[in-house]
Amino acid sequence: MKHVDEYRDSGLSAAVAGRIRKLSTRPASFMEFCGGHTATIARYGLESLLPAQISLLSGPGCPVCVTPVGMIDRMIALARLPGMIVASYGDMLRVPGSASSLLVERGRGSADVRVVYSSYDALEAARSNPGRQVVFFGIGFETTAPATAAVVLKARELGVDNFSVVSAHKTTPGIIRALLDSDEVKLDGLICPGHVSVITGTAPYRYAAEQRRVPCVICGFEPLDVLQSVLMLVEQVESHRAGVEIQYRRGVREQGNEKARRLMDEVFEPADSVWRGIGTVPGTGLSLRPELSRWDALARYRLDLPEPQEPAGCICGKILRGAASPEECRLFGSRCTPATPVGACMVSGEGACQVRYRWRRHPA
Amino acid sequence: MCLGIPGRVEKVEDNRAKVSFGEVSVAVSLDLLAEPVSAGDYVIVHAGFALERLDEEEAQRTLEMLREISELETR
Repeated sequence: MKHVDEYRDSGLSAAVAGRIRKLSTRPASFMEFCGGHTATIARYGLESLLPAQISLLSGPGCPVCVTPVGMIDRMIALARLPGMIVASYGDMLRVPGSASSLLVERGRGSADVRVVYSSYDALEAARSNPGRQVVFFGIGFETTAPATAAVVLKARELGVDNFSVVSAHKTTPGIIRALLDSDEVKLDGLICPGHVSVITGTAPYRYAAEQRRVPCVICGFEPLDVLQSVLMLVEQVESHRAGVEIQYRRGVREQGNEKARRLMDEVFEPADSVWRGIGTVPGTGLSLRPELSRWDALARYRLDLPEPQEPAGCICGKILRGAASPEECRLFGSRCTPATPVGACMVSGEGACQVRYRWRRHPA
Repeated sequence: MCLGIPGRVEKVEDNRAKVSFGEVSVAVSLDLLAEPVSAGDYVIVHAGFALERLDEEEAQRTLEMLREISELETR
């Protein structure tokens, strides 16, 4: 496939890795923010090409992983309401809540949970089921939030009243800042999420580069993209520079996709958001604006729920902060496997635990 | 999750396009694009939406840079 195969060339990969080995003179830890990068790194064994002094850490950029247990519980409670249809991206169905998951509810016949490919499919479900309510579970970072914004505006335009959304969306600038400010993990560079940046441009990483002197490179998702990004980070580290650079130039413009951001601004306002294992981070969530509350499921359905129960022994939170590796978890590979996940990091194909389990990514 | 796949625009109708990924093709919304695309363009597709048009020139420049590194390393 064009724009894919070119970036999987083994000869070029070996050359870029050779260059990295030549230039790198000091130990450096780089965090890949995005779970998509975690998967690429493991699947192609990229760490085996890098010098031992360069370590790569997984970050919190896996929306399935960082959605808190309480939000899953809320979706399950909504799905149990009579006549309700919950529409969700497939990734979220298996995430364990306190006592159940959307998939378990569907299997029991206690809920009508449908997997959709696009937010517009959820709106279609509402239009073809006029006697029922449809709630769309909106999760994801800036990559996915515009699609939720677009469907809310479409529902308003078409006057669809039996449709609403739960916004569990999260945004990147605040969490990157929180990670760096916690000083729990020392980072020498950030491999920045390519498809988030298609929307945001370079703005979310300015704080890291300019205030914290952490080099940043916006990276594509093929193996050569990641290797070239590591090379660009090594070049910054070795020359004592810290800037925001774009490796993924074929997809990312400096200023991002302004139209998509305008749609997001029209529909959402910043809100505090709870991150699994991290806690509440100010300004890292997106709530529907009050004037759109007709389509805000969190405003329409006010459900009292018991306190969420985190799975005992799961260290997902520490892993998401880059402060532990999956092998340090007692449950990893024994009680917690992709078939029977305990924590969210084992559910997602981009979660650090599942990636490590499937591809045996070795700790640095 | 934030997986975007580059696909080729086959046909544009109003604000929707048929986009192909090798053998498979899907209907994609163009609502998030600021500028029109046409058949033959490549777009990054995520969850049924085109997020951005792929910049062919920048893609060539990136590949050029990678080839230069390779030449330096194998010399």
